[in-house]
Amino acid sequence: MRETILTELIQAFQQMARDIVHYLPRLVVMLIIALVGWLIAYLLKVLVRSSLRLTKFSKLSENAGATELLHQAALPSSTELVSRLVFWVAWFGFFLLGVSVLGIAGLQEYISEFFLFLPRLFVALVILFFGLVAATFFSRAVLLAAVNANFRSSRMLSTAVRIIIIIFAFSMAFEILGVAAETMLIAFATVFGAAMLALAIAFGLGGQDLARRFLQRKLEPNKEEKEDELSPL
Amino acid sequence: MAEETLLNDDFLRQLINVGEVDIVVGLSTHNHARTIGPVIAAIQAGILKCFPRERVAIINADGGSQDGTTELVERASIDDVWRESKVFALRTLHSISVRYDRTPDPGKALQTILAATDLLRAKTCVLISPESTTIEPDWLQRLARPVYDENFDLVCPIYARQRSDGALMRNLLYPMTRSIYGCRIREPYGSEFAISGRLVTDFLAKGISNDDWGRMGPEIAVTVTAIVGKYRVCQAFLGAKAHPGRGTQDVVGVMRRTVGALFSSMDSNFGMWSVVSGSELPPTFGKPPEIEPEGSRINRKRLLDMFAAGVAQLEPVLRSILSPSMLGELQRIAALGINEFEYPAELWTRTVFEFVASYHKSIINRDHIIQALVPLYRGRSLTFLTENRNGNGENIETREEALCADFERLKPYLLKIWADGK
Repeated sequence: MRETILTELIQAFQQMARDIVHYLPRLVVMLIIALVGWLIAYLLKVLVRSSLRLTKFSKLSENAGATELLHQAALPSSTELVSRLVFWVAWFGFFLLGVSVLGIAGLQEYISEFFLFLPRLFVALVILFFGLVAATFFSRAVLLAAVNANFRSSRMLSTAVRIIIIIFAFSMAFEILGVAAETMLIAFATVFGAAMLALAIAFGLGGQDLARRFLQRKLEPNKEEKEDELSPL
Repeated sequence: MAEETLLNDDFLRQLINVGEVDIVVGLSTHNHARTIGPVIAAIQAGILKCFPRERVAIINADGGSQDGTTELVERASIDDVWRESKVFALRTLHSISVRYDRTPDPGKALQTILAATDLLRAKTCVLISPESTTIEPDWLQRLARPVYDENFDLVCPIYARQRSDGALMRNLLYPMTRSIYGCRIREPYGSEFAISGRLVTDFLAKGISNDDWGRMGPEIAVTVTAIVGKYRVCQAFLGAKAHPGRGTQDVVGVMRRTVGALFSSMDSNFGMWSVVSGSELPPTFGKPPEIEPEGSRINRKRLLDMFAAGVAQLEPVLRSILSPSMLGELQRIAALGINEFEYPAELWTRTVFEFVASYHKSIINRDHIIQALVPLYRGRSLTFLTENRNGNGENIETREEALCADFERLKPYLLKIWADGK
């Protein structure tokens, strides 16, 4: 009995030693891959940061209104954020590559899913960035046009345009990522529809007089107003 | 080269039939049937009276008129004028109309007229606005003679104006052109002007009409090209300026065509204007016109409201264009009442220069920068109206000179912020 226990114990230890000997090189390989990955990711981060600084990405981001959003959320600058994102994505990718060397059966599927997810993440980020650019551009264009047309609620109109475009960009990005795509779509449709309905009701019921005056001005322009404008040239 | 791309076969055929001419009178039209008749009649009378021996062609470049403008131009016969005139033309007067596009494009229209001038080897091209209902036959002579007889290359007009008239011209375009390019041209964006064949050829050869500023404001582009190219520039006094579109003019569109083109011209001509200091008065022909009696009532309160609302609502946009101290000053004056309100000349000059620098650096979309200037222009116009309300010609002239002096004096400030990173 005692001998049997000892034999089993020795066998177990021998098996464990064999397993360790078997896994040790793989573990070393994983650590080497992770370390090299870290170095490559770091180099990539430096390279991306320099490229973004050279191309005045921060200016573009400022124009797009992204800098303001990041500032409000107490996040680092757009250049720093993008370079850090590149670092972590690259390093995590290398780390997972290293983990895959270990040959753990359950992890393989998740690792390949992660690599398939990367292009979608990139596309979603691009969509978000250009969505912000478009939101800033069109909201400013609306603001300027409304102010120059002497429209009283110019800021509100401009903000509404900005919010709608941002929601639209986010819903597209989430759809690309496959994260709560349906929820986002429904949320967008609800917000957009509600905004339009609110505007219609506000203009139709609350602004009857305004609508009347607006239409009168458009259809029966009176002489006095025509003479109101300066002749610039 | 320009002719090949701009002039269609039919138009070319008509031009070839005309042969060479001495003077081309160009008209750029779009639905001007209401005003074109008297303008054509005055042009024809001017030709009969002042250029009976010269070969003259009227070229009408039309941007898709639907009201029969082109037919009116083509139908206009010299016989109508002969009946009333004692002078007879010794040459045939050709009148050609061409549709350069289905939609109006001032750049293309001017290019078409200039290309035709170049092809007809005309010595002089006189551009007349189809809206100039106040035109007199003598205008043609006043504009064309300096080019035709005295070898000038560009003749700009000087109009008799009302006190409140030409606020943009008198507060921005003239002082700015004068301080930047060193030439005291009162109307850098003239509705009427004359240009020599030499300048036409150079203008077309350089392809300026295809540049941003050439497309935006072809009239300004001609003036700037003449000054920068050291061509012989002069001015001629004409009569009262017509304002058929008063009250319905699109201020933003006008700003784009004039201020936008002027700002844009500064990018490619930096080497020239950065070394210019002071300004020179070009030769000026004719008798200075009297100030016209005021014919319109401007709502000053509305101007102030639009200025104040613009400064308040556009704050985020203005913050990116202007320095903090400038924005603070604007916010301070925007809070003033109608009786205390004043947008001083120096503050206005600095505002314009900061806009120029931001435009050059494309801080935001360039068209947005021009649009953001519109409410501030209204504020300055209010001060301009208030100052000139009871002034005589001399007072008005003195104030205009003071504004121009500020633009010239503060030019180093522009050069500084032009080069600075924001």
